[in-house]
Amino acid sequence: MDLLLTLPILIPLTWSLVLYPVRRRRALSHAIAITGATLLLGATALLLVFLVSGKGIEVVTIGSWPPPYGIVLVADLLSAAMLLVCALVSWAAVVYSTDWIDPGREQAGYYSLVFALLLGVNGAFLTGDLFNLYVWFEVMLMASFVLLVLGVERGQVEGGIKYVSLNLLASTFFLSATGILYGIAGTLNFADLSRVLESVDPHILNVVAALFGIAFGIKAGVFPLFFWLPASYHTPPVPVSALFAGLLTKVGVYALIRVFTLLFVHDPGWTHRILLACAALTMLTGVLGALAQHDVRRILSFHIISQIGYMIFGLALLTPLGLASSVFYLIHHIVVKTNLFFIGGLLERRFGTGLLDRVGGLFRTQAWLGVLFLIPAFSLAGIPPLSGFVAKLLVIRAGLAAHAYLATTIAVVVGLLTLLSMLKIWNEAFWKAPPVPAVVNERPGPYSVQVLLPIFVLASVTVFLGLAGEPILAVAQRAAEQLLDRHGYQAAVFSIVAESVGTGG
Amino acid sequence: MEVLFAIMVGTLYGCALYLLLRRSIVKLTVGLILIGNGANLLLFSAGGLVRGRPPLVLEGTSTVPAPYADPLPQALILTAIVISFGVLVFAVALIYQTYRALATDDLDDLTTTDRLGEVSETAHQPVVPVGTSLSSDQGS
Amino acid sequence: MSTLPSLILRTAVRWISPLLLLFSLFLLLRGHHEPGGGFSGGLVAATGFALLTFGFSLETARRVLRVAPTTLVAVGIAVALASGAGAFLLRSPFLTGIWFKLPLTSTMVIELGTPLLFDVGVYLTVIGATLTMLFSFAEE
Repeated sequence: MDLLLTLPILIPLTWSLVLYPVRRRRALSHAIAITGATLLLGATALLLVFLVSGKGIEVVTIGSWPPPYGIVLVADLLSAAMLLVCALVSWAAVVYSTDWIDPGREQAGYYSLVFALLLGVNGAFLTGDLFNLYVWFEVMLMASFVLLVLGVERGQVEGGIKYVSLNLLASTFFLSATGILYGIAGTLNFADLSRVLESVDPHILNVVAALFGIAFGIKAGVFPLFFWLPASYHTPPVPVSALFAGLLTKVGVYALIRVFTLLFVHDPGWTHRILLACAALTMLTGVLGALAQHDVRRILSFHIISQIGYMIFGLALLTPLGLASSVFYLIHHIVVKTNLFFIGGLLERRFGTGLLDRVGGLFRTQAWLGVLFLIPAFSLAGIPPLSGFVAKLLVIRAGLAAHAYLATTIAVVVGLLTLLSMLKIWNEAFWKAPPVPAVVNERPGPYSVQVLLPIFVLASVTVFLGLAGEPILAVAQRAAEQLLDRHGYQAAVFSIVAESVGTGG
Repeated sequence: MEVLFAIMVGTLYGCALYLLLRRSIVKLTVGLILIGNGANLLLFSAGGLVRGRPPLVLEGTSTVPAPYADPLPQALILTAIVISFGVLVFAVALIYQTYRALATDDLDDLTTTDRLGEVSETAHQPVVPVGTSLSSDQGS
Repeated sequence: MSTLPSLILRTAVRWISPLLLLFSLFLLLRGHHEPGGGFSGGLVAATGFALLTFGFSLETARRVLRVAPTTLVAVGIAVALASGAGAFLLRSPFLTGIWFKLPLTSTMVIELGTPLLFDVGVYLTVIGATLTMLFSFAEE
């Protein structure tokens, strides 16, 4: 068990190290990278199966130091589900990269960086310690900084400045909030904090909660803190964009869910009402921003923001159904969004640009690609029977059950606007006549297996989640119950103390 | 002593925010450095300040006598300093590349990735040969 | 490094650099129970190489180091990882310390353990990371 829980951290770390010396040997590094991603997928799947069949929360004390003094890794169902979905999309991104990424970037250590990014992401999902979460966030950010500007194109540097400065600011807020919380509680272990904070003056906690809300809100791209996202996500190569779109903001959402279910539930009337307002505005501004855009990847970037709103909506309701909808939405969204970026990439490769007025007529030559695009696009908009429909239905039911009528209305309207925006891409890129001056085909010919396989796999996962999502839904509901059961979390972490005292730690 | 620290932290945050709001990239970076230092100082003083009482167990006893300096915040800021140092080096390298690419220090000139509809022709041109000196990994 | 470094600096560096490297090893080995450790040791060692860079040239520092600093980072992390993974053999959690007693004489017993190996990893990583940054800036 110790090993299984540590593997999601050990595999990326080892692979990041192994891939660095072989970075100049293309075929070898591809084979190693794909092997690593597959292993990670297997390990996380095993972990989720283990948790679902077992008691649901597993704890490992790193270095055998008992909590609250040592750092613990805690895997509950939310962590395990996130690990598995992230492993899936990073597997897809690695496979896609083997065809896409140019040798120059590969020789600069591209695959090492991808695994370093995964190290940070997985660490953030697993840790049971607030400061350790900060460290994982920074590992993830360092890797993402370098990935974002690797290749040093003009647009990348420009987007990089915005990304780096705003994310650094978020880290600083995170650090300040951690400091204040330590001053109040005298501990940084999640389980211990959750126990101590029950008897702390709620007014002070509101300040700290607001600081954490801002810090994670910037990372998650919540209104009004999202501006860095559409400014930078369309600048790096497509697989990097897709990986960022799938993983980075979701780690922010995960952190928000963690702290606002485990730590700051002292005054939901204040904290969670603000979250609800932010969620509604995030949905709305994201989709309106997308409507104004004409570039495929920029449209998709704005849709990330509007979708983040749905996830925060479920969290803000703080009901079992609401949290279950958040968890399911996270799972659905990571898969769909990554896939949309992959397909958008094919569009850019075909026409040499992602600008919608310079593309067109793709349906005549590549009808199958049009159909393949419609699967994640309709899923994003929430058309049955795809995964997005189930996710949106859950959110709306949770909203109505909690009497949040205004926000629920916005959620429905935003779904329609998302459909409009997806149809805009489809009409412009696939349906309308080809652009008059014949476009230069950057890389003609049939697409390679490495590009098509990830798209097929992710699309079939989307269909599967929609048609046979019952087991996943059951996992999401159990994860939501776990999130609301703080004492269960505390007991799980502190029961490890009783076990380790016997062996002398 | 705590009051002095609080004023210091506040001053650092204030100066940093002022600099962050300026249009110059260099000032933006200095602002980020200052706010990082402010956060570290805040973390340091949040645990309470105790002078001259290191948390050491004396010979022959098994506990530390009551008022002692909390070692944890110091361990935390050590980590935070290392991280911010690594990020800072990266930021400086990035600024240098930006200056080479755009020949400007003014953030108002950095709008091509935000502008609607149009993509600058030069957006995908490399600034320098791919893969030079922009990777600064930090480990511990 | 366009201007010739001063004679005083050169002469001093010739003596100080080896001393710093020696001192860094002292700090590394002292680290577990007393102040010191891989991190501070690594920084001191990196200072030694930094002085070589300033006193002589970048090439001199690179020649003395022999390996690329990024390799040091990778080796350092690998050593730290291996020191932690050893715990799995004893069915303990990751990074659990394993200690051995090495009796030199009847009265002198040296305690060796995986935390020392971890510290060596940190030491190498810190040297590598610091010098990666320093060298890439010195190149410009």
